[in-house]
Amino acid sequence: MSSTPFRTPDADPRNAATIGKSVKIVGQIYAKEDLYVDGDVEGTIESHENKVTVGPNGRVQASIRARDVIILGQVQGNVETSDKVDIRKDAKLVGDITTSRISIEDGALFKGSIDIKKPEPKSAPAPAMPVAAAAPAPRPVEPAHAASGATGGR
Amino acid sequence: MLTDRLRSMFRKESDPVSYHPQLAADQSTAAMRAVAAASARGKTQRGASPPITRQSRGIEQFFFNIRDVVGLSVLDCAGANQDNIDFLINLGHKVYSQDLVRNLDDCFQDLTEQTNPSRIEYFLKQNFDYPAESLDGVLLWDSLQFMSPPLLNATVERLYEVMTPKSYLLAFFTATEKMTEVPAHSFRIADAKTIVITERGVRPAGQIFNNRSLEKLFTRFESVKFFLTRESLREVIVRR
Repeated sequence: MSSTPFRTPDADPRNAATIGKSVKIVGQIYAKEDLYVDGDVEGTIESHENKVTVGPNGRVQASIRARDVIILGQVQGNVETSDKVDIRKDAKLVGDITTSRISIEDGALFKGSIDIKKPEPKSAPAPAMPVAAAAPAPRPVEPAHAASGATGGR
Repeated sequence: MLTDRLRSMFRKESDPVSYHPQLAADQSTAAMRAVAAASARGKTQRGASPPITRQSRGIEQFFFNIRDVVGLSVLDCAGANQDNIDFLINLGHKVYSQDLVRNLDDCFQDLTEQTNPSRIEYFLKQNFDYPAESLDGVLLWDSLQFMSPPLLNATVERLYEVMTPKSYLLAFFTATEKMTEVPAHSFRIADAKTIVITERGVRPAGQIFNNRSLEKLFTRFESVKFFLTRESLREVIVRR
């Protein structure tokens, strides 16, 4: 369980799907890339393998599920990440957090619970079973007459 | 600054109080980080006192009482800060966080409004809406001393309902009985025995407290223990 402060790089709006500050969305959002939210969203936001950033103008009334979540604006809703949550100094979050790591800057407002869930270890491939050394093939037993050189008849 | 200098003149050598930046060499890394964070904040506030690092019998008793147990639900009313969250999380607990003093300001204009029953009920719903007997520890710090008697009584009653039996709460009250305004502080946990205190202005006191009145306040609880600090602060450990 990491307690080292960190600062997750903001999602670059140029490389992420963006909801601009004049946009309002009511509903469910599913993203398969990084998402930058600088407008209003009501509903749910899911981006399980990626990062969701709530920009300084972002007003989110939604539950958020992502790999990482960075909050610079306002969020009212639960946040669940597989890796980390980063709440910046002018951000406001009201809701419960479930994450592996969390960073809260001084000046951030947070009200809710924090539940740390350690990530499940990836299952390692089963080790190869050792192959037993093959026993040498038994030497063929030769017939006795051949072995002693005996001749037939007296 | 002048007050700190006068205090330092009367401090004994064995005094556990230490003042930033002259931290003892054996301060924990967490303590130093907490002080740095509090100091950085203090520099941006005109006239703010430097943070004080000191041992706290109250916090020591609180964590001693929950030692060897993990998975507790602990409410920290100091406002979210990395140090307190890290400390509680690293102990294996679930943390509930809020800034109770700030929430008082959001809910009530002044002490007079704190006597309004509907506003009191709204405040309790906003800040202590937990299932019955669900909290295993509550760190109230100095927030209770800024509540008027009706609000304070209602809050303590609600705390009794939401705390698990045998759990503990920690609260600080000024021990100076004649002050109408008292300093408000932010609190950071440096380790299980040490806190970093930063003054954040003065606020009207809800009422005057003494040991007798505090015992009466927590009369439903099982026990009340007091520790008096050099800064005339009562650290009170209360067992549900």
